[in-house]
Amino acid sequence: MDFLLLLDTSVLGTTIRMATPLLLACLAGLFSERAGIFDIGLEGKMLLSAFLAAAVAYTSGNVWIGLLAGIAGSLMLSGIHGLASITFRGNQLISGVAINFFASGITVVAAQSWFGQGGRTPQISGAARFDPIIWPGALTRIRDLLQANLSTKIYSQIISGHAIIVYIALLAVPLAWWILYRTRFGLRLRAVGENPAAVDTAGISVIRLRFGAIMIAGVLCGIAGAYMSTALQAGFVREMSAGRGYIALAALIFAKWRPWQALGATLLFGYLQALALRPDIIEKAIGVKVQVQLLDALPYILTVVILAGFVGKAIPPRAGGEPYVKER
Amino acid sequence: MTTPAIELKGISKAFGPVQANKDINIRVMPGTIHGIIGENGAGKSTLMSILYGFYKADAGEIFINGNKTEIPDSQHAIAAGIGMVFQHFKLVENFTVLENIVLGAEDGPMLTSSLRKARAQLKQLAEDYGLNVDPDAIIENIGVGQQQRVEILKALYRKAEILILDEPTGVLTPAEADQLFRILERLKDEGKTVILITHKLREIMEITDEVSVMRRGTMVGHVATAKTSPAELAEMMVGRKVLLEVDKAPAKPGRTILEVKNLSVTDKWGVKRLKEVSLTIRAGEILGIAGVAGNGQSELLEVLGGYQKATGEVILNGEAIDLTGLHSDGQTRRSRGIAHVPEDRQAEGLIMNFTAWENMVLGYHNDPKYQKNALFMDNAAIRKDTEEKMARFDVRPPLPELTAKSFSGGNQQKIVVAREIERNPDLLLVGQPTRGVDIGAIEFIHKQIVALRDAGKAILLVSVELDEIMSLSDRIAVMFDGRIMGERDPEKTSVQELGLLMAGISGEAA
Repeated sequence: MDFLLLLDTSVLGTTIRMATPLLLACLAGLFSERAGIFDIGLEGKMLLSAFLAAAVAYTSGNVWIGLLAGIAGSLMLSGIHGLASITFRGNQLISGVAINFFASGITVVAAQSWFGQGGRTPQISGAARFDPIIWPGALTRIRDLLQANLSTKIYSQIISGHAIIVYIALLAVPLAWWILYRTRFGLRLRAVGENPAAVDTAGISVIRLRFGAIMIAGVLCGIAGAYMSTALQAGFVREMSAGRGYIALAALIFAKWRPWQALGATLLFGYLQALALRPDIIEKAIGVKVQVQLLDALPYILTVVILAGFVGKAIPPRAGGEPYVKER
Repeated sequence: MTTPAIELKGISKAFGPVQANKDINIRVMPGTIHGIIGENGAGKSTLMSILYGFYKADAGEIFINGNKTEIPDSQHAIAAGIGMVFQHFKLVENFTVLENIVLGAEDGPMLTSSLRKARAQLKQLAEDYGLNVDPDAIIENIGVGQQQRVEILKALYRKAEILILDEPTGVLTPAEADQLFRILERLKDEGKTVILITHKLREIMEITDEVSVMRRGTMVGHVATAKTSPAELAEMMVGRKVLLEVDKAPAKPGRTILEVKNLSVTDKWGVKRLKEVSLTIRAGEILGIAGVAGNGQSELLEVLGGYQKATGEVILNGEAIDLTGLHSDGQTRRSRGIAHVPEDRQAEGLIMNFTAWENMVLGYHNDPKYQKNALFMDNAAIRKDTEEKMARFDVRPPLPELTAKSFSGGNQQKIVVAREIERNPDLLLVGQPTRGVDIGAIEFIHKQIVALRDAGKAILLVSVELDEIMSLSDRIAVMFDGRIMGERDPEKTSVQELGLLMAGISGEAA
């Protein structure tokens, strides 16, 4: 048994890649929920974005146009969520669930009607895909890596070799922190999730602020979705978001609605997903063969455990889930 | 003649079918403290919320310092120099004092410099007006008196020249209320205009220069405070003569109903809340418990009401009551003839989201007369019963289908009082029966309590309002630090004597 094997640099590199969509979605949820809007539709927004990004990237041959299309699709769903739950003060959970169902259906139908490949997009490659960025001096060939020392491995497999979106996601963490805690917008955003009446009587529009927050969430979900279909994988397949939106919500609760902790929580989930891809390493590390199905289930099991409240008291933003109505 | 700081002309506002404000005119002179008095639901808060841009008026004009001003939202009100302290504070509970003050009035997109600037300005304001608050304290960790100061500072930080306070003393202790009044006087001395909304006559008489009286959405008159009297104002508010004093005959006490011996309560932190309390109440008398809030009165009510365990002995009608075991619950107490009007009607007396008829059977839902058969309740009977009770207790509006939260405070309390008194209990426990209740309803509730006494029932009255204790009680017991400091005859004692007992200084020593 050698538990150190579990910290294999290739697994940790994969962890970062697997964590990226979770992190982006988690930050999306963070902005939305900190403003008092529960967003169960992260999943649907990621899925629609994944499809549009892959479809448009394939058609146009340019992944950046694909990314923009993905973001636009996600923003559209955010707009619907805002219209339903902010403007018309509908139930935020129902609106979110509706978005998930809509995305789940429309992506397969549209993919089938555009490409006729059974609800998927064709494989994308070249300029239609985000390629890993190889940092100067980083090794890429497996034979070289096997002989390399630890620091070279860390540099080559953990720091180097990710798509641009991975680095954007990591930068989004300090940026989110800075926005939330160091800017006027952040102060107001946190306030509107705690007590919208305080914001309203201070002369600020609750509706504008909340729309602002869910639009940020829309952009982040759009990037997350595009990453899945154009970087993590090469094309869209049905239901490819695979519950990541919900895992992101669990991570958000785990992180108690704070950006740095969100990074930690999503890395943990990402690590479990990365491990599930390498049953060989687990077998070597703990000396027992573990069912792949069990490994695949681990992130979801952890989600259930977190949502059941086993990780200590997590106090959500106080006005979360409540449409703002001036009291009578 | 000086220009009024505020002039409202023909303001009207309806919420659905309810006309909250009807053609209201009012002028507030600069540098004065102007009272607006009226019963709960008279439209005072609505009017001021319109002035602050929180609600939009259906009709009418607003003039600030003689200039016609449109106030579509709070931003415009703030720009016009109006600040408002709402009855329910509009603070972000887990933000610091400083963050709450800065919110919405930041001087740039970056927070750090805004906060730094605000900190310096806050210090200056605190010095100018005697409003000391720790800028780094988290709101939920400071008391309501302090929170109110934060609200006032918020307004002053936004350079408010006109400050509106909506029922500011409702949540304050008498000492805190006094401090608030000193602050308001200071604001007036500095040339600010203060509008004080209240339903308490004493406050109007004590601090205002002029007073406007509202009744059921209309403005019924303006008078100079110096030229009016509480009785006149009360009559204007209610629309008829009001008895500010309770009219009651001497008590004719009968047999002993309740006997309490050495009752003690220790809370979960191991603090003794009730210390060997003993008292008796006979049929046909009201025992009033006076005391500053938090000296064991609540625990006494909770024990007798059946939701707090205790040691000692409680004997009702000659039979001991279970204080710790299986039968120590509200249900059993009620079946033994103890009815309870709890201190906090919104948390303990009513379920705010339930309708009036649902609330009317709470605690008595097992009564056979409400059952249709083994499975179902007889909702029609409950509704009819509720309608009758609402009519007898003058609950307005008399609609059983409305949820508890849609009634005004006074009418909520009437629902609770109706539910408990109509059971014709042997012993009625009443906590703060008129807290946040308007004058007309106070008079009514007091009458009902006295009527129950005259019907030969025992009543335990707990109130922090000394006036209420003095006028209703046949005997007064004063509580301090979980003990009964002494008993006095209301005819033979004075506010001063009771005040000393309430402060823990016993009569003999004083």
